[in-house]
Amino acid sequence: MDFKNAKELLALCQEHNMKISEVMLARETALGEADEAAVLARLSGSLEIMKNAAHGPIANPVRSLGGLIGGEGKKITDAAAGGQVPILCGEPLTKAIAYAMAVLEVNGTMGLIVAAPTAGSAGVMPGVLIGTCEHYGFGDDKMLQGLLNGSALGYLLMRNASVSGAEAGCQAEVGAASAMAASALVELFGGTPEQCLSAASMAMSNLLGLACDPIAGLVEAPCQSRNAIGAANAFTCAQLALADVLHHIPFDEMAEAMYQVGCSLPVELRETALGGNAGTPTGCSLCGGCK
Amino acid sequence: MNYISIFDVIGPEMIGPSSSHTAGAAAMALLARKLFAEDPVAVQFTLYGSFSKTYSGHGTDKALLGGVQGFEPNDVRIRDAFALADQSGLQYEFVIDEEGDGGHPNTADILLTAADGRQLFVRGWSIGGGKVKIVKIDNIEVDFTGEYSTLIVKQLDKPGVVAWLTSCLALQDVNIAFMRLFREAKGEIAYTIIESDEKIPADVLEALGAHKNVLATRLVQI
Repeated sequence: MDFKNAKELLALCQEHNMKISEVMLARETALGEADEAAVLARLSGSLEIMKNAAHGPIANPVRSLGGLIGGEGKKITDAAAGGQVPILCGEPLTKAIAYAMAVLEVNGTMGLIVAAPTAGSAGVMPGVLIGTCEHYGFGDDKMLQGLLNGSALGYLLMRNASVSGAEAGCQAEVGAASAMAASALVELFGGTPEQCLSAASMAMSNLLGLACDPIAGLVEAPCQSRNAIGAANAFTCAQLALADVLHHIPFDEMAEAMYQVGCSLPVELRETALGGNAGTPTGCSLCGGCK
Repeated sequence: MNYISIFDVIGPEMIGPSSSHTAGAAAMALLARKLFAEDPVAVQFTLYGSFSKTYSGHGTDKALLGGVQGFEPNDVRIRDAFALADQSGLQYEFVIDEEGDGGHPNTADILLTAADGRQLFVRGWSIGGGKVKIVKIDNIEVDFTGEYSTLIVKQLDKPGVVAWLTSCLALQDVNIAFMRLFREAKGEIAYTIIESDEKIPADVLEALGAHKNVLATRLVQI
């Protein structure tokens, strides 16, 4: 069982009456040497790392290697818990944002993370899945289901577009992660494969053209808050898709559009730290690099 | 791996902050250590391109030094690579070459020295997503990734050596995925790189070494 695009994925889902997560698991066991139990055991290991990265900095915040971030996950969590600020986003998304940003803190301190699909966008999937599953009391099985579902979309973007910021901007990193998370959320709440793909397509559309403009060239800011927006975008798109408010452009066409937009981004906005946030006077003053 | 796996999307598991500048750096240094096949007493790294400009904020130096100490890209000891090298007496030096061209923006040269003075030079590229390519061993241009079980044979460029290699592998029932030959000049030192989807049995090394023109063999298992 294999698929090269979302159209084929959807056909497999319909033909076998399977969820996207189930098709992705079947594909892995068909193409690889590991059986289902081995794949799930390995994915559980990845999930444990994700949980540690999401929770760690909220208990023990540490300053990043480049010094631009540190402590954000704890601040968001403490402010929400202490009633000092309104919980504007609602509890699941507030948790998701705090966790997504915490993962980037771990990444910035040379801690252990799971790229999903990249290190710079590593907060979105764990933020969304762990935040949501904790709030709704879902167990690890649901989180694994979410990872399987999201990895199907991530695979298609790696295969048919790009998930590299240097190649196609942040839309390809956080945009891809957000599309994966949106689709995963839809499946976790009983949405159809069509709704999953629509949520993913819309998530990409919403972040289309997003620049990769890391201050001082570091994977810290604005990467960290972009992970929060990737999570929020996933929630929004999932909410719409579950209400059957669907995106007009199919996933495969959206992936191609995302790639084309990425290729037409100027080099200053593709991980060179020359434009966007990085190119502002303040961004430059935070960087000692240019001579 | 000849397909994009779940674990290419949800993965790699890695020490941050950058798959290319941290995980890839550790991976290429670990490959160099495996090729060297013993603990080095000294190592010199030369960093080119983007590596030379942004290594400090990405921990590229720690990742490289960790890799030559045998740490995988997901080993938290990478963070303490300098202290651990100091403890074990491993001497290290970093040369930052902002002008030089390694052929790829993320290039590092790794020169390992053993206690008996034996040296190995390896040039690696970090090509994105934590994936790497080894493009040079000593003076010879090569090309392999370490994603497959890889057999590296150092040989004299004489007739019959390649036939010997393939027959030894056939006897061990090893299915060759890719096989390439690289040489400095006709009749001189050459390298054969053989990649296989499955584990290559370690006894194959002994069999291969029996040929007079096979100078050295190394096995890097996935």
